[in-house]
Order: sequence, then structure tokens, then C-alpha cells
Amino acid sequence: MKEGRPRSFYVLAIFFAAYVLFLYGPMIAIYVLSFQGPQGGLTFPMNGVSTFWIAKLFQGTGIVDLGAAFRRSLLLGIIVMIVTVVLSVAAGMAFRRKFKAQSILFYSAIASLIVPSIITSLGISLEFRIIDDLIKAHWNENFETSMGLLTSGLGAHLTWTLPFGLLIMFAIFNRFDPRLEEAARDLGATPWQTFRHVVLPIILPSVIGIGLFGFTLSWDELARSSQAIGAVNTLPLDLQGLTTTVTNPDIYALGTVISAVSFTVITLALGTIHMLNKRQAAKGSDAGKGLV
Amino acid sequence: MSEEVLQQATPGLIPGSGTARAAKPTRLSPSFISWLQAGPMMLVFLAFFLIPLVFVVIVSFWDYNEYQLLPAFSGRGYTDTFEGCIAQLPDLCTIGKTYLMTLKLCFMVWAITLFVGFCVAYFLAFHVKSKTWQMGLSLLCTIPFWTSNVIRMIAWIPLLGRNGLVNSGLVKTGLINHPLEWLLFSEFSVVLALVHLFTFFMVVPIFNSMVRIDKSLIEAAYDAGATGFQTLVNVVIPLAKPGIVIGSIFVITIVMGDFITIGVMGGQQIAAAGKIIETRVNALQFPAAAANAVILLAITFLIITMMSRIVDIKKEL
Repeated sequence: MKEGRPRSFYVLAIFFAAYVLFLYGPMIAIYVLSFQGPQGGLTFPMNGVSTFWIAKLFQGTGIVDLGAAFRRSLLLGIIVMIVTVVLSVAAGMAFRRKFKAQSILFYSAIASLIVPSIITSLGISLEFRIIDDLIKAHWNENFETSMGLLTSGLGAHLTWTLPFGLLIMFAIFNRFDPRLEEAARDLGATPWQTFRHVVLPIILPSVIGIGLFGFTLSWDELARSSQAIGAVNTLPLDLQGLTTTVTNPDIYALGTVISAVSFTVITLALGTIHMLNKRQAAKGSDAGKGLV
Repeated sequence: MSEEVLQQATPGLIPGSGTARAAKPTRLSPSFISWLQAGPMMLVFLAFFLIPLVFVVIVSFWDYNEYQLLPAFSGRGYTDTFEGCIAQLPDLCTIGKTYLMTLKLCFMVWAITLFVGFCVAYFLAFHVKSKTWQMGLSLLCTIPFWTSNVIRMIAWIPLLGRNGLVNSGLVKTGLINHPLEWLLFSEFSVVLALVHLFTFFMVVPIFNSMVRIDKSLIEAAYDAGATGFQTLVNVVIPLAKPGIVIGSIFVITIVMGDFITIGVMGGQQIAAAGKIIETRVNALQFPAAAANAVILLAITFLIITMMSRIVDIKKEL
């Protein structure tokens, strides 16, 4: 290419800056607005500055029982994260050699990612309704429902997080050097030892990335929860409920609190990934050090 | 759960598996290990995706009354959906208009996200030379994707509302006399929010395709005398096509099924395919909801099939 920066660089750089502003501008606006004074409204200009609306959320006097929904979302997010990490790593390992059902699993994951969420959600709710009807008809007339946070809700979230986990695993093993495992095998390591001491430390930063996806996707998930979560609400569902009745900034305060959790998790995950990478770079290679 | 997998995969083998670790590793056959590793994920998709999809299709042919599902064959879910459509011809009935609106929104969002996504990805892939900057700037685009969609939607309210920043700014500068009413709770705000939420799904795949393009091909095009535009059309776009198609599939399927953004940003006034399903569910008319889900699924499937003819998705991952 020509020397120096072409004109297209400057045009696209400005375009990119505008895009970033477009992405962040509105969000920053609501974070700022959530610190309105007690008389504050939904729009600028600010009417005083305080933490009144955020404090109000935690007092539980607002429209939402924030504490309960918060704990539910957190519990579900953590369970989804753990299950997503374990199942994705396991399945990712399986995909490194040929196995019979691999294209079925692959296409299920892709389909689960692109079939509109409302359809998946509706399907899960129908499935559990039918199960409920069967239980009522054959075993227990007084049975209420098998739908709930950790049954239908968990399943619904996993259909969204697992495809991401699997795709990340594909990306990891695309650039993984299998000679490292061969070396471990040659030295007499069992498959488990090879995985535990060779493969896992190398892929760990990306595995934390899968955990990050698992938690934040579940924490913010709405469309799949909408029909499939049962009687209780998660935080995003409460938030969506507020959008139709909102008259004061507590909705912004709630948004700020939810985002704060997301950002904390992102920061923690990225920090851990960074630390692991650094440690790998520092200690990863013992070439030339010898054994004695 | 793993117990089930074991039983399904190899009936009668469970007693042996407890001692497998102590014994030589070769006792577990590779295909058994594969089942052990991939089985749990397969079970989740089976229980919470594949079987539910089958139920959607089955229930769409069931009957219903005000209170419950009636498991008897009926086409009522579909006939209720298309009620009055033939009588109204050649005018479009409500359902026809709704799907037309969905496709219209879908097309607008697709066109805009494609343009924006392509430009952003092009800048990151070709103009940002340092790997650190490339990673940092990509991360900058990714972070909003990790936060709640509803928050990112309502974030537009203080900007676009009747007394929002945009309106008050325009009134103050004297460009308009009265606040613009069409900024919020309109098609405009729906498209804007959808673009805001989902451009990410376009940026990532296009960027992934673009970074794989061998830079010497572009130099060769320049050396052969191609203009920047010719290089773009004849070299970059064809090579970035897989990313473009994958991104398009994501954006189109999301917008086709969306009911939350359209609900919140349209002020519950704009009807779309996903919204019909939600409304039917809220009215406990599950077969009608399922029938609409089947129709939506068929349309989505059709679009994806058309697009995947252009490129082999599996090969690109």
C-alpha cells in the first residue's frame, strides 16, 4: 500500500469514533441520570445530584423487590456459568476427534443460537406445561408446576450460553498445538493428568472467557426467560416490566445497578485472563532449564 | 445427568466405569469417551431445544378454549391466525400487515448494520496496525454487548423523548419550533435501538473474515492498477463474504423474532411477528401462539437456507 495513511483511514477513524459514541453515549446518559436528586425526572437537565434513587432500590420500597430478584438472577447466573464452562470444555474436547453424533450436536448448537428466542422460550414453556399435565393426570392431582428458576429457566438460559461456549472452544482448539499432549503422553501421563496439567493451564484464560459469557449472557437474558422462567421474575424481567409504567428515575437506578454487576464481572474476568496470560508468559516455558 | 448419559451410551457398563481410572486408560474406548464428553451438552439441547421445538409444532395443531389446551387435532391455531384474510383480499389483513412490517424492520436494520458493521470491521482489520490497539478497540465494541439490552434501550429515552436532549437541542438552536414526536415510540426509534443493540453481531464475523485476508492480495490489486473502490468490490468484499453472510443471518433471525425491543421502543404500538406470539401466550391461546411460531420459524428457515447457499457456514467456523 501507499506510504503514510490514506484518506480512507481518517474517514473510517471518524466513523469508528462516531460508532463508539453511538454505543456508549446513551448508556452514559442513563448512568448519569440515575444520580438525579429526589425531585429528578426522566430527562436532562439534572435536578440535583444524589444517590436517592439507588438507595431507594435497596430499601425495597420501590416497585420492584430488588433484593429477591437480584439474588435469583445472581444464583441463576452463577449456576449457568458453571454448567456452561463444564459442558463446553467437555464437548470441546470431544470435538477434537471424530465421533458419531458430532454434526447433530454442532447443528443443534448453531440452530439454538439462531432460532428466534421467543420460539425456544415458548417451546420450553409448552414442554413443561405438558409435563405438569401428565403429572397431574397420573400421579398427583395437587401438583403445581415443574417450571421454575432452576428447571425450565436454567434450561432456557443454557440453550443460549452453550452455543457460545462451544464456539469459543472451537476457536481455542483451532490454535492449540497437539504436540504438547503427545509430549505429555510420551512422558507417561495419563489422559487425566495430560488434561489437568497440560491442556487446562493453556486454555484456562479462554475458559474464563466462556465463564464470562455464561454469566453475563444469563444475567442480562430476557427473551428466553420471558415464557420459560415460571412464576418468579429475574432482574431483567422486572426491569422490562418497569418500562411500561416508568415515571421516575428508579428505572435508571436499576439499570445502573445491573450494569455495575455486569461491568464488575467483565473487569474481574478480563483481569484474571490478563494475569494468567502474564503468568504463562513468565513461567510457561522451561526450555533449557533442564530437570536437575 | 451423567448417570443417564452413561446408561444411554453403554447399557450395563456403569459398574466398570468406577474402576476405569485405576485400570489402564485404554479400557475406555474413544467413542465412549466422546459420548461422555459431548453427551451432557447433547442432552441439554435435546431437553430444552429439540423436544420443545417438536412440541411447538405438535401444539400448533391442538385445539384450545379460554382455559386450557385440548390435545385434539385441530387447525384452529392457524385459521384463527389468518382469520378474515381471504375475505379482505386484495387488501392485506392484520397478520399480513404484521409480517410485512416485520420484514420491513428486518430489512432496514440489516442494511444499516451491514453498512456500519462493514465499515467498523474494515477499520479494525485494515487500518489498525498494532495488535494491542486492535484488541483494545474490539473490546471497546464488545463490552456494551455484555450489558442488559433493556438498559441499552431505555437509554434512548432521555435522548429522544419529547423533552429529550435531541429535541431540546433542536428547539434551542431554532431548527424546529415544536419537539419532534416521531423520535421516540416510532419505527425510527425501533430501528435505531435494534441497530444499537445488534451491530455487534455483524462486526464480529466480518472482522473475523477480514483479518484472515492476506494483505499481499490487496497490495497485488493496487500494483495491478486497481483503484481503492475496485479493490474493495473485487477483492475485499468477496473474501469477507462468509463473515457478511454469518452476520446477516444473526441480525435477521434476531430481528425476525424480536418482541422486546419492538415493544419497548415502539411504545407497544408496533405489531411484529414476535409480538403476536407474546400476545397469544398472554391470552393463554397456546396453539395460536405455536402456529405463529411455526410460521415465523418457516420464514426464518427460508431466509437462512437462501443465505447459506451463498456460503458453507460449517467450513467457516
